Amino acid sequence: MDEFDPGAGEVQIFEVQDCLLVAIQEDLDDRAVLDLQDRLTERISKTHARGVLIDISALDVVDTFIGRMLGSIARMAAILDAASVLVGMRPAVAITLVELGMHLDEVRTALNVDRGLRLIREQIDGRAAGNGR
Amino acid sequence: MADEPGLRIEIRRPQDIASVRRAVGKAMDSVGASTLRRTRIVTAASELARNVLVHGGGGRVEMQVAGREAPRGSGVILTFIDEGKGIADIELALRDGFTTGTGLGMGLGGAKRLSDEFKITSAPGQGTTVRIASWLRRP
Amino acid sequence: MPNSSKNLDALLRRRFDSILNAWIAAQSSEGVLRRDLMRESEIRQQSRAILDALATSVSRVDINERIDLDADEWADLKQLLKEATDRRVERGFTPSEMATFILSLKQPFFEGLTNELADSPSDLLKQAWSISRILDQLGLYTNEVYIAEREEIIQRQQTEMMELSTPVVQLWDKILALPLIGTLDSVRAQMVMENLLQAIVERGAEFAIVDITGVPTVDTLVAQHLLKTAAAVRLMGAHCIISGIRPQIAQTIVHLGVELPQVVTKSDIQSALAHALRQMQAQTYAQTQHGPLFAELGHHRG
Repeated sequence: MDEFDPGAGEVQIFEVQDCLLVAIQEDLDDRAVLDLQDRLTERISKTHARGVLIDISALDVVDTFIGRMLGSIARMAAILDAASVLVGMRPAVAITLVELGMHLDEVRTALNVDRGLRLIREQIDGRAAGNGR
Repeated sequence: MADEPGLRIEIRRPQDIASVRRAVGKAMDSVGASTLRRTRIVTAASELARNVLVHGGGGRVEMQVAGREAPRGSGVILTFIDEGKGIADIELALRDGFTTGTGLGMGLGGAKRLSDEFKITSAPGQGTTVRIASWLRRP
Repeated sequence: MPNSSKNLDALLRRRFDSILNAWIAAQSSEGVLRRDLMRESEIRQQSRAILDALATSVSRVDINERIDLDADEWADLKQLLKEATDRRVERGFTPSEMATFILSLKQPFFEGLTNELADSPSDLLKQAWSISRILDQLGLYTNEVYIAEREEIIQRQQTEMMELSTPVVQLWDKILALPLIGTLDSVRAQMVMENLLQAIVERGAEFAIVDITGVPTVDTLVAQHLLKTAAAVRLMGAHCIISGIRPQIAQTIVHLGVELPQVVTKSDIQSALAHALRQMQAQTYAQTQHGPLFAELGHHRG
């Protein structure tokens, strides 16, 4: 069953099977960024999510603040034993982040939601089969 | 010059940084910048606006849009001004990964790489002014 | 003595048609009336409009003063000259043809002045000198406009050329290759990276092979650029393989002290392709092993 969290004006977090799906639709200000980070970590913990997918295909600008948040979420998810994937980064955004020296090596990436879910699946099942941590 | 008058945006609260991004994005659109160029400058502006807020204790950005008839052709010029503590060693600050104790780099080097022009004036006790420009026509 | 300004523009008004015709004739005799590049009716219409605007401007300024083309009185004329110049740049007129177009107006003016002021030589000289100065300035202005317009066209062409010379090739389903050839200056490098990333999105690629066999020198700048490209490809969710790695390049990369966590390097495209195919096979295998996506609800691991 899919659920969604309809906080007014907040970024929505969808539950899909045992994963959480977040699609950031527009430029977030600092407050909304931190708020998302908090809510997401809480949701991962509460639902025992095994995977988190963050879709940023709608973002035309990602600065180092948001970049750091994405990195933090990945690390926190890992600590909570959830795999995470960042999908849909636009070419211009990728080029710019690299220019800023932000490589986000701690974050796994995929081209789109479909591939991202596949990647999460591999990671989860890989771990279950004893390949991972 | 028949340019539009400059636009000034105060940077005093966290949400002002997003306002700066929006305004700079609009300015870049108005001169017909490519997607990549637009992304670079809006991102640089975001970094510099955050510097003003976090390291400068607040300040403002002044935006100017140059039309095709201007000497350098179409472009956008942004000047970030704060009255904070100022930077003692600018060269050090321009090096990537430089931090001032809060664990956050100042992003100056990055902003410089993303712009066509970059000029910084700062001294301890005298605040900081960073001016960046993006020109559509290559020199 | 009548005012000089009045004389000059009054003269123009009085003898408008004859000066216009004489100007067209002068353009022709100077060889700049390029009927092969522009229709004569258009040239005539441009010349007429310019002459008319010139008369208006001259009537408003004091030509004995220094001529300042930035003043409002010259704005309309400048606009017409700019349009005329832009059209001619497009059609292929040379810079000197453009300048001669303006300067060939001197002769008709001198003739007209000579007829009018035959019995006051000092006035004649003064007026002739004034119109000469004005036309010189206008000639210089059109030259500037010409150069600016030409630069824009050249830049556009350069951009197009660069795009054509860095084609992205699809080697296989979801596998792209970018064979780099020649030197990589920073402008071209930027364009190359953009093209590749764009292609990855458009074609849904999983692998991007950047082949540098055809790049003669790989200095630290080029190496840095390659690494940036690889980093950007990874951020977007694809895998980057750099092929054509020669020993010296490996040295450069190591000396740069940069880590390559996600970048695979191969000595040639074939190895790179083989590697990519193996990876994709392994992925497909993994997927079939662990069942289709979203099998049953309440998936348990045991």
